Amino acid sequence: MMISVRDLQVRYAGRLVADVPELDVGAGECVAIVGESGSGKSTTLLSLLGLTENAEISGRVRVCGVDVLTASPKALREIRGARAALVMQSPQAALSPATRLGTLMRRALKLHGRQGNDVDAALEAVVLDREILRRYPHEVSGGQAQRFAIALAIALGAEVILADEPTSALDVTVQAEVVGVLRRLRAERDLALLLVSHDLALVSTIADRVLVMKDGAVVESGPAAEVLAEPAHPYTRELLEALP
Amino acid sequence: MLAYLARRLGQALLVVAGVVVLTFAVMRLVPGDPAVAFAGPKATPEQLAEARARFGLDDPLPVQLLTYARDLVTGDWGTSLRTRQPVRDDLYLAFPASLELVGAALLVAIALGVPLGVLAARHKMRLPDFGVRLGSMLAVSVPVFWLALALQTVFASNLGWFPIAGEYDTSLDTTSPLTLWTNITVVDALITGNWPIFTSTLEHLVLPALVVAAYPTGVIAQMTRAALIEESGQDHARLERALGFGETSILTRFALRPALSPVLSLIALVFAYAIVNGFLVEAVFNWPGLGRYAAESIRSLDTPAIAGVTLLVALVYVLANLVVDVLQGFVDPRTRSR
Amino acid sequence: MTDVQPLRRSLPRIPDRFAAFGAVLLAVVVLAALLAPWLAPYPLDEPRPLERLLPPSGAHWFGTDQVGRDVLTRILYGGRTSLTIAVAVLGVSAAVGVTLGVVAGYAGGWVRDVIMRVTDVFLAFPALLLSLALAVVLQPSVNTVILAIAVTWWPWYTRLAASVAASIATRPYVDAARCLGVPAPLIIVRHVLPNSLTPVLVQLSLDAGGVILTSAALSYLGLGAQEPTAEWGLMVQQGQTLFTTNWWVVTFPGLAILVTAFAFNVLGEGLRNALDPRRAVK
Repeated sequence: MMISVRDLQVRYAGRLVADVPELDVGAGECVAIVGESGSGKSTTLLSLLGLTENAEISGRVRVCGVDVLTASPKALREIRGARAALVMQSPQAALSPATRLGTLMRRALKLHGRQGNDVDAALEAVVLDREILRRYPHEVSGGQAQRFAIALAIALGAEVILADEPTSALDVTVQAEVVGVLRRLRAERDLALLLVSHDLALVSTIADRVLVMKDGAVVESGPAAEVLAEPAHPYTRELLEALP
Repeated sequence: MLAYLARRLGQALLVVAGVVVLTFAVMRLVPGDPAVAFAGPKATPEQLAEARARFGLDDPLPVQLLTYARDLVTGDWGTSLRTRQPVRDDLYLAFPASLELVGAALLVAIALGVPLGVLAARHKMRLPDFGVRLGSMLAVSVPVFWLALALQTVFASNLGWFPIAGEYDTSLDTTSPLTLWTNITVVDALITGNWPIFTSTLEHLVLPALVVAAYPTGVIAQMTRAALIEESGQDHARLERALGFGETSILTRFALRPALSPVLSLIALVFAYAIVNGFLVEAVFNWPGLGRYAAESIRSLDTPAIAGVTLLVALVYVLANLVVDVLQGFVDPRTRSR
Repeated sequence: MTDVQPLRRSLPRIPDRFAAFGAVLLAVVVLAALLAPWLAPYPLDEPRPLERLLPPSGAHWFGTDQVGRDVLTRILYGGRTSLTIAVAVLGVSAAVGVTLGVVAGYAGGWVRDVIMRVTDVFLAFPALLLSLALAVVLQPSVNTVILAIAVTWWPWYTRLAASVAASIATRPYVDAARCLGVPAPLIIVRHVLPNSLTPVLVQLSLDAGGVILTSAALSYLGLGAQEPTAEWGLMVQQGQTLFTTNWWVVTFPGLAILVTAFAFNVLGEGLRNALDPRRAVK
């Protein structure tokens, strides 16, 4: 298992915001967490990389074989980016405004001791031209920025991609592009993909299994086809009915 | 960018016009007759009348204002009542010395303030942060004239580590005379390779520059800290964390450049403030700059000279603001395309 | 429970008590000034020629000055001068500045343009500089200092109030009031002014230190308070030639200025963080 979560509880100032009894993602597998905003799905995702600030976390979280909750800061920094990569919702805001994309790429590769020749393959995999490396974040489109974030993960050799609403800030056509890239990479490179989304249409096209979260709790989980075809929980039915 | 520059330039010119009007108004508030001050108390009525005519004091005020503005533009900044020299020539000698002092102080302030701000942001709400914040608040609260006196007494008079006053050892003028290019002693000494005067000037600069640097250092440290903390709370810092970068590396390699943009705009403000603060420090260290010139002019109620200093500093301030606006375009690429 | 902040080095966190610390410090300064007649060990302005330049001792904690006056006594009374100047300057600046700013921000259009351009002109003069020029023109005294500094200080409040007012003028409830025919002055008094109050208060506290420093500097240059007024900047000026031989004459008045300005700055910083959650760091 690339990701293995047991009895995860995340609290902010004593308030329970996410409670996930069980979550496993294997290599080449895609699991989606769905729910409304505030359901605790993003918090769950961030806690997998130890990126929640000021939160109290209990349970057991293993990512790429490392126990995240007890790992040393150094061990944690080593899996971040290099083995498990994050793709965020707002693609341009996620890139430092005064840093060229190429500079970010170069620094990240150096940090994890990777070679520069991984870059070309990574850019090719997400269908981006090398020229993009010379640009600043405000000079690229949302779709380009998002594909660049995925290219970063590929170039760094990540085995796990954690995607937090990767398409919700994009236009519909661009969404399809990004989803296409994710789906292809998962097949070609045997990536483990954990996707957080409120977009059930997207989830149905890519996820193998689904967790439905509401108010911090998992209300339903199972194979995507089953959950989406025959929802057991009324909340899942509501979400499905909200689809156009 | 060009349109933006043109608009900023227009605004600046408007402010300059206002500054001229205000300076003129302050000068006209002076009790006592400038003609008497110029011609002297024993002047005959004819001499007085001549002086009045010469200064255009019989014209209506708006005409006087226009004459004043026209003279300023053509480079006639009046004649000092004290030195009997054109004010412009006096300023031309005094301003470079002030620039030298304030320039050195700002370099010190940036070299200290930015790293201190980074340190505080890196350990926010922890001991180093509180140390930097309290220290910078002390630095902006200290009366400069008192700090100048204290450092002079301790490090120059008592310990003898640094010279007590002056810009450089003037006895060097005979042994290794200085060729003037910019009138900024340290720069002239450097470009003409006059090492005795260069080192002497540096020695003389240390104490006054440190005193003038106190306030800007505090302000820059606080501002850098605040901007960095704001920047490191942005989305991109989360991605950088997720890529495995450490906090220090995020602050110095990703957050610092966008964070410096507000710090830069502050430096223009601080620059003008430092020049005026420099006045007090110049008085203590007998530095031959604008401050000493202003102090002497004030003592002898030399209104053209005071107006000249006032105008010059205000112009420098307006200019500094303009320069910073342009510089910001280079630091923060987002403003360039706007 | 694990506190997962693994990237932060684990120095202990310290709670932000700047506002409280500044308030206590300021309270001490204000009380010392208010109670000067009762706290002071000697009467004000009682030179004792035989006790000139005595070093600090049990009888004279801060020593005596060049004409034999107790330095501690003069520092306590000097607090009254400095605080009076600060209150007067900030009172006048805030009253004028906020009024103009609120009008500019609420009215918009050419009214705003004219007011803001005039403000820009005044802001182009560093406070001490224009005060210098004014203080030369007028007779040097405490009142001159107040006037001179106030003239340079109001534009900051105009800017501040204008930006607050401009943002409030577009709020729906203000629009609603305008549509109902509520006259502009009433809208300003009811909605715009109360909302400007908090940022102005924070600014007042932050500025008080600057006003104290500027007024002390003017007095130090001989353009402010005159003998025999007890004023810290003046005390430094009169004692400066004695610094090497009689350090206490200059050191204590300077420290008094430092502590007072520091108290205001710390309080202002604390208030800003407490009242503006966006700037505060949790």
